[in-house]
Amino acid sequence: MRATLRTAWLMARKDLRVEWRSRVALNQILPFAAITMVLFAFAVDRLPAAPGDVDTVLVQLAPGLASLGTVFSLLLLVQRTFAVESEDGALDALRAAGVDATAVFWGKTLAMWIQLAILSALLLGTAVVIYGIEVRWSGVALLVTTWLTATFGLAAVGTLYGGLAAGARGRETLLPLLMLPVVAPVLIGATRAVEAALGTGGTAIADGWPWVGVVAVFAVAFGAGGTLAFGPLIDE
Amino acid sequence: MDRPVVELTGAVAVLGSFPALAGASLVVQRGEIVLLRGPNGAGKTTLLRVCAGLLPLARGTGVVLGCDLATERDAVRRRVGLLGHRNGLYLDLSVAENVRFWGATVGATDDEIDAAMDRLGLSGRLAPLPVRRLSAGQQRRTALACLVARRAELWLLDEPHAGLDATGRDELDATLRQAAASGATVMVASHELERAGSLATRCVDVVAGQVVGPR
Repeated sequence: MRATLRTAWLMARKDLRVEWRSRVALNQILPFAAITMVLFAFAVDRLPAAPGDVDTVLVQLAPGLASLGTVFSLLLLVQRTFAVESEDGALDALRAAGVDATAVFWGKTLAMWIQLAILSALLLGTAVVIYGIEVRWSGVALLVTTWLTATFGLAAVGTLYGGLAAGARGRETLLPLLMLPVVAPVLIGATRAVEAALGTGGTAIADGWPWVGVVAVFAVAFGAGGTLAFGPLIDE
Repeated sequence: MDRPVVELTGAVAVLGSFPALAGASLVVQRGEIVLLRGPNGAGKTTLLRVCAGLLPLARGTGVVLGCDLATERDAVRRRVGLLGHRNGLYLDLSVAENVRFWGATVGATDDEIDAAMDRLGLSGRLAPLPVRRLSAGQQRRTALACLVARRAELWLLDEPHAGLDATGRDELDATLRQAAASGATVMVASHELERAGSLATRCVDVVAGQVVGPR
């Protein structure tokens, strides 16, 4: 167990160091996500959602748009993190060296979680600024819990499916095809919980916590699934 | 006499439905540099992958470094270093970071990692350079330093001279001789018979999935 944790930490540090050196997430994925958020603002109406409503359509849709932006960023992050592994055959080398696959899974998940959490926070910040959303203090705890739980769940799914697609022909197109249907529960749960945290559409904060539970169950399920399945998947 | 490092008897390995190894038998002793020669598709790479614990045996028996290939393939993988057509390096990281990472996977100490880099002549100006900026020969040397840092006892090299210039080939040969002299065992699959033959202490012919030459 201790050796697994040590190797997982080694993998996570290595992945974060690769990103620090290459700056792909910072210079390419983050601008892509920001542009997507701006395009959503152009595409969606700024008029009130219904006659007499305070919120505009854009504000009401903002939680869902931020979640979508996070999922799109996740696709690019997963592609990138496994491209680093396959560029010179490092994933095969890890397998050939008998490095604990569970540690590889958790290390990559941790590194992706950290990167995705930062990206997601910046996306939500962008939404607050350019969509004109007001954040209520009473919803901050729900917002932060949702943010951490959802990004962890997405990182676990991303690592698992990234490993599955890593050796496949046409993996660039296969990955979204496999992953997008699977992340739907996180997308829905996170959107509803963020709506409750922000109070868009008149939802109460208490309405958000059950959705966080849904996201947490999903995150635990994919964490456990990855622990068991990642080794056989990359061994194929 | 020590137990052989590799003992294969009637080894059969199947790729899909194709028997890539068809009853190969081979014994390799510690400190040997064995050249596997044979035409394309003869089973040289498959033989290396079986010895690395990556491919299971469908029939026959195999023991590598005292570990049974039927039941202890994970233990074999941890003690063997396989270098294929690609180096298994992280191109955005520096030479030192790569060697440190691979050494750390087996808990190598800083001294062991520094010694691995010294041995491959990577401690000076090359250490902080990103691997992406190195020549093919320097990248291969980095990959070999990673094998040293990983304490690999059996080196399995598939076409190690491919893509190297004359200097790179000389450096590689010197490294392999030094590795064998310090107790490692080396198996090389190569088409460069003249060069690899002068390096090897023994040549073995592989034809149609069987070892037909001296075993």
